[in-house]
Formats: sequence, C-alpha cells, structure tokens
Amino acid sequence: MSAMNVEQFLYHEARLLDTGQLEAWLDLFADDATYWLPLERDQKDPLETSSIIHDDRTLLELRVKQARHPRAHARQPLARTVHQVGNVMVHSEKDSEIRVNSTLQLIEFRAEKQRVWGALVEHRLRRMGDSFRIAHKRVDLVNSEGELDGIAILF
Amino acid sequence: MLVRADRVHRSVYADPAIFDLEMERVFGRAWLVLGHESQVKAPGDYFTTRMGREPVIVVKESKDKIKVLVNRCMHRGAMVCAEGRGRLATESERFVCPYHGWSYDRGGVLQAVPFASGYEKDRLPKGLKPVPRVSVYRGFIFASLAESGPGLEEFLGTAKASFDDFVDRAPGGELEVAGGVFKHAYNGNWKLMLENHLDGAHPAWVHASSVAVARGAPEPGKPGEEHYYDIAVRQMRQNGAPDSVWEAIGMWTTAHGHGYMGDYHDDSRLVAGMGNPVFDQYRNKLIEKVGEKEADRILRVTLWNTILYPNCSFMSQFRQLRIIHPLAVDRSVVYTYSFRMKDAPPQMFRDTVAFANVVNGTGSWVLTDDLEVYERIQHGLTSGAVDWVYVGRGHGRDVKEPSGAARGATGTSEIFIRAQFAAWLRYLSAQ
Repeated sequence: MSAMNVEQFLYHEARLLDTGQLEAWLDLFADDATYWLPLERDQKDPLETSSIIHDDRTLLELRVKQARHPRAHARQPLARTVHQVGNVMVHSEKDSEIRVNSTLQLIEFRAEKQRVWGALVEHRLRRMGDSFRIAHKRVDLVNSEGELDGIAILF
Repeated sequence: MLVRADRVHRSVYADPAIFDLEMERVFGRAWLVLGHESQVKAPGDYFTTRMGREPVIVVKESKDKIKVLVNRCMHRGAMVCAEGRGRLATESERFVCPYHGWSYDRGGVLQAVPFASGYEKDRLPKGLKPVPRVSVYRGFIFASLAESGPGLEEFLGTAKASFDDFVDRAPGGELEVAGGVFKHAYNGNWKLMLENHLDGAHPAWVHASSVAVARGAPEPGKPGEEHYYDIAVRQMRQNGAPDSVWEAIGMWTTAHGHGYMGDYHDDSRLVAGMGNPVFDQYRNKLIEKVGEKEADRILRVTLWNTILYPNCSFMSQFRQLRIIHPLAVDRSVVYTYSFRMKDAPPQMFRDTVAFANVVNGTGSWVLTDDLEVYERIQHGLTSGAVDWVYVGRGHGRDVKEPSGAARGATGTSEIFIRAQFAAWLRYLSAQ
C-alpha cells in the first residue's frame, strides 16, 4: 500500500466502521488514545462535565467487545451505517501530531428506525509507517445537548 | 378492573385515553420534583421544565421565595420563555412574550401590554398562572398543580430519609447541580422506567453484555495506581452481583408509591469507596465538618436507588437524579442530573461524572440496553393478544413495618411495582 494521505486515512476509518470491522477500527487507535463525544457545545473539560462518550483505549476496547456479545440487546444486530466524511482540513504538524478537522454526516438504520447525525470532528493523528494512528478523536454532535434516543453506534 | 393484586392490564401502558387521564390525575395532582435550589441561586434566576404536559418556569422571585409559573402567555398562548435557563438580572427585566410583547415580572405579574387601549381594562389577566403549591425539601424543589392535597412531608413519608442521605453526605451540608444534563428519550411509556430502577432481577439479563466485558477488563488499580477506566469497570461488574446479593437487598415502599433500596452499597462495596484514597480524604472532611460520630452515622446509611412516584428516581450515594417527562403514551424523555457535594474533595465529583457517563449516559454501556428493553416491552404491550402484565414476584409475602413502609420479602420482590399501581389507582379513582 502506498503512503496514505490524511483524507484517505479518514475514509479508510469510516469504511471500517461501515463494514462492521470494529476490531480493525480499534487497531487504528494508539495505546494512549482518547475518544470523546462531548455532551455540551464547546465543552472544554471531560472530567468535570459529563460526556456522551469519554473513553481511554481500555474503555474503547470494552465498547467494541460489548458490540460482539450475544446478549448486547441494543447492539445485536449492529446498526448499519454510512459515515460520510467531508470538509477535511489538515492543520500543520505539532509535537509530531497532525490536527485534522472534518465534518461527519452519518446515517444509521436499525430496528425499523433510521437516524441522521451531523458532527464536527477533530482527529489528532500520528504517522505510523505508511499510515497513521489516532491519538485523539473528538466528535461534536450538533444535537449533543438535545433529547436523544440511546446511542449504540460508533462515530 | 385494570389493576389487580398481582397484575395490571396492558392498556395502562398503551391506551392514549388512559395516558390523558394520567396527565390530568397523576401528574396534575401529585407533588413533582422540578429541580434543585442551586439552579436558581440569585433572585431573578430561572429555568424551564415540564409538569406533565404543562410547560413551566421555575423562578427565584426573591431571596426566600421560589415561584413556579405556567409558561404560557395569558394573551394568545405562546410560551413566554424559550427552553433553558437564565436570569432576569434586575427587577425591571421581564419575561416578554415574543408574539405581541406582553411582559411579566419575576413573579409572573403582568406589567405591560402594547396597544393597551384596545383592551377592556378589567378584562386583562393579572399575570401568568402560578402553580398553586410549591415547596422545598432539603434543597429539592417540588410543586403540585393541585390546589389541595397532602403536604409535601406527608407525601414523602419515609422516603424523606433518601433525600436526607443525599444531602447529609455533603461535608458542607449542601449540594449543587453540576456537570451537564443527559436527556435521553425512548419509545415507551413513562412507567417503564420507574418499574426498572428498583428491579434487582433485571441486571443479570439486561446488562449481561456490559457485565461480561467488565469482567474481562484489566483489574482496577490499587490505591495510588488508579486508572481512568476503574470506575467504569467496577460499576459494570457490580451489576453482575450474585443472586444472593440482590435477594438480600432491602426493598421498601410507601403509601404514595415511592420505593427505595438499601443494604447493598455499604461503603466497603461502594464504587467510590473500596479503598479509594479519595474516599478517605472525603471521610476525613466529613468528620472535620460534622464530627466523627455523625460522620459514621451518615456513612452507615445504605440507601441506594430511590423512586419518588411519579416523576423522579435518584441515587443518593452516587449523586445522580433523574426526572421523567411523559410525552405520549409511548414516548418519554428523562433528564439526568449530577450533583457536587459542597466541601468534598474534587475527585469525588469527577467520580460522579464518570459514573454518570458509564451508567446513565445516552451512549453508555448500561443505559442503552435498558432503553432497548423498554422499547421491546412497549411493542409487546401494544399487542392485544395477551391482556395482563404479571407483577407477582414476592406477592403475598410483603411485610408491613411500624414506620408505615412495606417491605418486600426479598430484594427482588416486585412489591415496588405493586405499590406504584396502588398509588396510581388512588390518583386515577379520585374525582
């Protein structure tokens, strides 16, 4: 595989989620990675304000494992999704990490219910061979403060 | 008869006409938990919420008075205050209706009407309709849409102890709403949530997947070597406690349909405790503020989940409180609040936030499976093939206690559901 550019990497990540390759998706995250869906708009802090998801690498792995459990009622079967990544903007490297902003439109279908999500996304990526590792991913859902049905998908 | 000794008719969950009657006779009469004084600290502070179908504004009218106003302009009916919270910073600031500019002061009194000469003066209303009864217990704000009925303390009965536990645990004697509000919705009847939170027989099944992954997770760190994930792992593992633990839980109910659990999370089992150094710091702070004897008494109270019928569920030891808003017979939304204890070590609140994320969060491992099951129940109960819902676990073995509470024979008794329906029937039967 030729060296992947940032955009191709984000598409690759989305494709893994949309084809149910959750373990391969998890492998994209560095050991010290964080994965964050803030609850509040412009939320600064994940420790003193709640989050829809705030996971270290261990917790993210538990999320993937739960999705595979035969009695994961909200996740069996997994929702089918399309992650549409857009507006990719690559910022300069700092401390060997590349900050990338993008937008996400996501369509989810499960149990006769289709849902549409929109989010502003930030990745911090580290170069790793021909590809990248995700050091941090932040997904700000436009309706994070709204009244939401349960969320059992990965963004 | 819709309600029998050990079963209820499915229509109480599925019939829109019964839902209408519930909004009028249950949510229109009972004391409802609206929030906490820390949400309206200064005169002029307000927030909006719902009482059944009524949109209301909870406002601090003056230093000593909280008022609850129906959030509906007396002119043509628009909500005068958009959802949310804010402050009328000076006494001259107004709630202004966006439609024709009718304006109301902090207490809801009508102050100005554009084109005033067009109205017959003695026909103008005095102001926004006040909710007739408002009362505060240990900082928690309650209101009732009924002009008369039992007073708040009588209504709370022995469930007062759960609020006392909630507040007494704060070294500074006060709580504060903080850390954001989860708002989760589901396609199911409002009662399904209240029938779940005291159900010790469900975690092994509903939460099987989160219990399993937590058991396979790395061990939580020893004191001094904690990880971020520890709280999550410990909490999810606890849902997998052996049946004997759930059976040994105390399960009490009151005549007004409230219920509460005890005798499970003593501080040696409490997630925040368990040799956690911050818990020792916290205990020391509590001793410093209230003395060793009182601190021991407070920490020996082992009340856990409490349901305040019909609209609230809270966990005093984890400092979480949920308010349920019925939207339709098959649609409900729940607001989940976290509380900071005054003068407790900061890490105690961080643990509360982590707990909320893991258990009560909209994207959590735990809550999502509950919501899935509520929706499956609603599907099942919409079917007319079977009429009755059986709530007979422990029936016939309930124990009356001198305090007036009734106790389930074991911790997994469905006594709390039967008590809720006994209260429900009284609300609905009274004219």
